[in-house]
Amino acid sequence: MTRDNIYQTLETIISEYLPEDVSKESITLQSNLTNELNINSSHLVDIVLDVEDAFKIALTNDDMETMQTVGDVIQIIEQKTT
Amino acid sequence: MTTETLLTYLPYGPDFLFLDSIEELSELGIKGHYHFKPELWFYASHFKNQPVTPGVILIECMAQIGLVCFGIYLISKEDTTREVSQTGLALSSSEIDFYKPVYPDEKVTVVSDIVYFRFNKLKCKVKMLNSQNELVCKGVLSGMLTV
Repeated sequence: MTRDNIYQTLETIISEYLPEDVSKESITLQSNLTNELNINSSHLVDIVLDVEDAFKIALTNDDMETMQTVGDVIQIIEQKTT
Repeated sequence: MTTETLLTYLPYGPDFLFLDSIEELSELGIKGHYHFKPELWFYASHFKNQPVTPGVILIECMAQIGLVCFGIYLISKEDTTREVSQTGLALSSSEIDFYKPVYPDEKVTVVSDIVYFRFNKLKCKVKMLNSQNELVCKGVLSGMLTV
């Protein structure tokens, strides 16, 4: 799976949990999920669970702690799928 | 952990505790009871001369039994070294349908079945029954446990 494919799938997942005042266009590799995209801790778990399902991987508490930005999530997905 | 010990870990004061006892407890779910005593503080105003338990209090009762109590138990099972006495819970979402009113002096039973407990998020299917075993309300509650 290419980085672009991962990004597109992840963007679709994240956009489902964005608050109404944050647009899908705000999502970039550098976006901080909680501080910039305003995703709350509960929806952060939803994103992690959706990522597990979409990429057929298992994520740990340590993985979750390193997921600060969209780029961080992609990096973890790449590590787990190769 | 015994159910008596579990009750001592609940973070509520007497005016906002909506749980009397726990009947069943396992890693799959919990069943607890509460008696809505006629002298509870909100009946005088909800509604004037027509007391009925507010829906938000029914949700609170379901959350205290179905998420907080259950969550403290799950955390204690997951990691026995964890200090659970400071555990709190932030309700993160509720989708509840209501079917019957609950009047003063009614006793209710709350049954909560786990959907998942991952990364400190607990999601459960929860229902409340009255003493005639009729469905009062049911739905899905989620919360984040903080330790």
